[in-house]
Amino acid sequence: MSLAAAIRATPGIPCRPWLRHVLSPEQWRALGAEPNLALLAMWGDSHAVHALLREPAGMLAVTVTVADGRYPALSPWRPGARLFERAIHDLWGHAATDATDERPWLDHGRWDVTAPLAARPPSRIGAAPPVTFLAADETLDQVPIGPFAGGIAEAGQFRLFTRGPEIVQMESRLGYLHKGIPALMRGKSPRAASRFAARLAGDASVAHSIAFARAAEAACDTPPPPRALALRAVMAELERIASHLADIDALAQAGGAPLAGTPCQRHREAILRAAQRGFSHRLMMDSVVPGGIATDLAADGEDALRIAIAALGHELPAIARLCEVLARRLDGVAVATPIAAAALATGGPAGRASGADSDLRRSPGYRPYQDLNVSPVREQAGDAAARLLVLLAELRDSARMVRTLLAELPDGEIIAALPQASGEGFGWAEGPRGDIWTWLRLDGGQIANVFLRDPGWLTLPLLEAAMAGTDLSDWAAGRASFGLSHAGMDL
Amino acid sequence: MSDRVLSPWHSAWRHLRDRPAAGPIPPVDEAGIRDLAARLDAAGIRRLGRGLALHALDPGSCGGCELELRAIRDVAYDLARFGLRFVDSPRQADVLLVTGPVTRTLQPALQRAWEAAPDPRFVVAIGDCAIDGGVFKGSYAVAGGVDTTLPVDLVIRGCPPTPGEVLEGLLMLLEANAARPG
Ligand code: SF4
Repeated sequence: MSLAAAIRATPGIPCRPWLRHVLSPEQWRALGAEPNLALLAMWGDSHAVHALLREPAGMLAVTVTVADGRYPALSPWRPGARLFERAIHDLWGHAATDATDERPWLDHGRWDVTAPLAARPPSRIGAAPPVTFLAADETLDQVPIGPFAGGIAEAGQFRLFTRGPEIVQMESRLGYLHKGIPALMRGKSPRAASRFAARLAGDASVAHSIAFARAAEAACDTPPPPRALALRAVMAELERIASHLADIDALAQAGGAPLAGTPCQRHREAILRAAQRGFSHRLMMDSVVPGGIATDLAADGEDALRIAIAALGHELPAIARLCEVLARRLDGVAVATPIAAAALATGGPAGRASGADSDLRRSPGYRPYQDLNVSPVREQAGDAAARLLVLLAELRDSARMVRTLLAELPDGEIIAALPQASGEGFGWAEGPRGDIWTWLRLDGGQIANVFLRDPGWLTLPLLEAAMAGTDLSDWAAGRASFGLSHAGMDL
Repeated sequence: MSDRVLSPWHSAWRHLRDRPAAGPIPPVDEAGIRDLAARLDAAGIRRLGRGLALHALDPGSCGGCELELRAIRDVAYDLARFGLRFVDSPRQADVLLVTGPVTRTLQPALQRAWEAAPDPRFVVAIGDCAIDGGVFKGSYAVAGGVDTTLPVDLVIRGCPPTPGEVLEGLLMLLEANAARPG
């Protein structure tokens, strides 16, 4: 029996649909060293740190108690733990012993408090350490980028260490967009707090809303009605289509093949206009709420959606042909090896382009996807071309799913009332850029603590790894191929 | 702040500021865009050649407002026919399009970008967050709306505002710019 299975067999705290197990520091460290456990998320609590892990046999939620402000780091074994540990220190004030990186991540020294999510946040004394970048080798040249980098782009800071035309190392510093979302959600009802889930990352508004709603529904043990589930999936696939089209367009622009982007722009706009007709909002913000959905599909919206999807389906082969030139240019650009992707447990199109068998729509019991036969799209090359191919294949599959869902929409209620419950729950959704996980604890119907795990946490480290050895002239295309949302991981 | 908020500006500003945040949103259709173009022609603005260079700045947005800015830059809206274009540096910009609340962390960078833009520079606060911090108001990490940091000339409501609404706001800006003496 694996260590994870042994832990799962012990009693735990109900955290639907699983149990959360409180571990000793030794067990926690031993888990970190287990090779077959993927670390998906780590976040803080007043006096504890939680982690969500996955092994082939199932999920495992664990907790270690913080003693004297410290807990054992997982980063020595799990490279994906590094950013979480930095953020946990910045938000909750818990320090990871033996962490591989102790620099701040979200806190740039501009807030009046430190550790804003701590039980009692201390006032800031003295200045925060300046942003530092660590060059492996002092003889390298440096290319500084950001925090504002031009174009219509999210703020973030990058440092490229180069030798001649080649990027040797890339380092990032985000946190610029941190808005304190977990703090803003506390003390609110799930319904009121879902406005923040919808605004964590505008490009995955529906997906984050679904993951959050599912966590609240799990905590309250109240499933939403079937019609709501089907319409949520329609919205999620529309969002994926819009996002993939935007990402292919961005990649086409950055990869010097703008012609491939033009039809993507047109179809994306058509999809958003149809979404407006169907769900009264182009980005479908606030349409998904805990318990179900806020408004039913408008009568003429269904036709608008069918027409937009049919038009896209009709032109997809032509888009794919235009992308052939682009794919040739992206061949071998920014290679993320399957080994690196597996070590980080990166999912989403970026992970799947590096061989990861990860798509939460195929997770057991995820309705209505279990009846939709989601195609497992995977590539092995891990380069920008592979990521492009994954996006294209997923566009086709999502368009098919929207057609099927609309043809078989169940009738009935669209929302179930959530009781004013206390308890914990996990929710998840496959967002356009990858797996989204939400954990929350309710206390008398109000959010006591919450963590929203955007896929970016595990995509950014993979992007950094892939940039090593990439030509400087391929930086923009390589980066675009990963489709990263800074806002989502900045919280 | 300079005294350039003169009458055409002011009415444009008020028009958008006082628009209800919720309620039915007029669909943006091809006819609507043609209509905007016709208004520009009638005002002789394109003939005057007074286009505007736009520069987008995100000091804390969720990314939703950027999606709509990208949409107006794309083929479907074709900004160029209105004499509007995006530029990559504030140094080349007439107009700063600012989306999102201003996080405390980005306040200094936003201020620097504004200083880099040549005078007269117009600041458009795009979206409910840019107006007063929106849902993020009151957070330890958020300073508030754009006006906490920069003088704002025009606000465009919405979460996010639709491309049509942004375009309409920019058109007013063009008209006001053309009406500006000198
Ligand atoms: S106004 Fe809405 S869409 Fe725009 S940044 Fe704020 S929350 Fe996001």
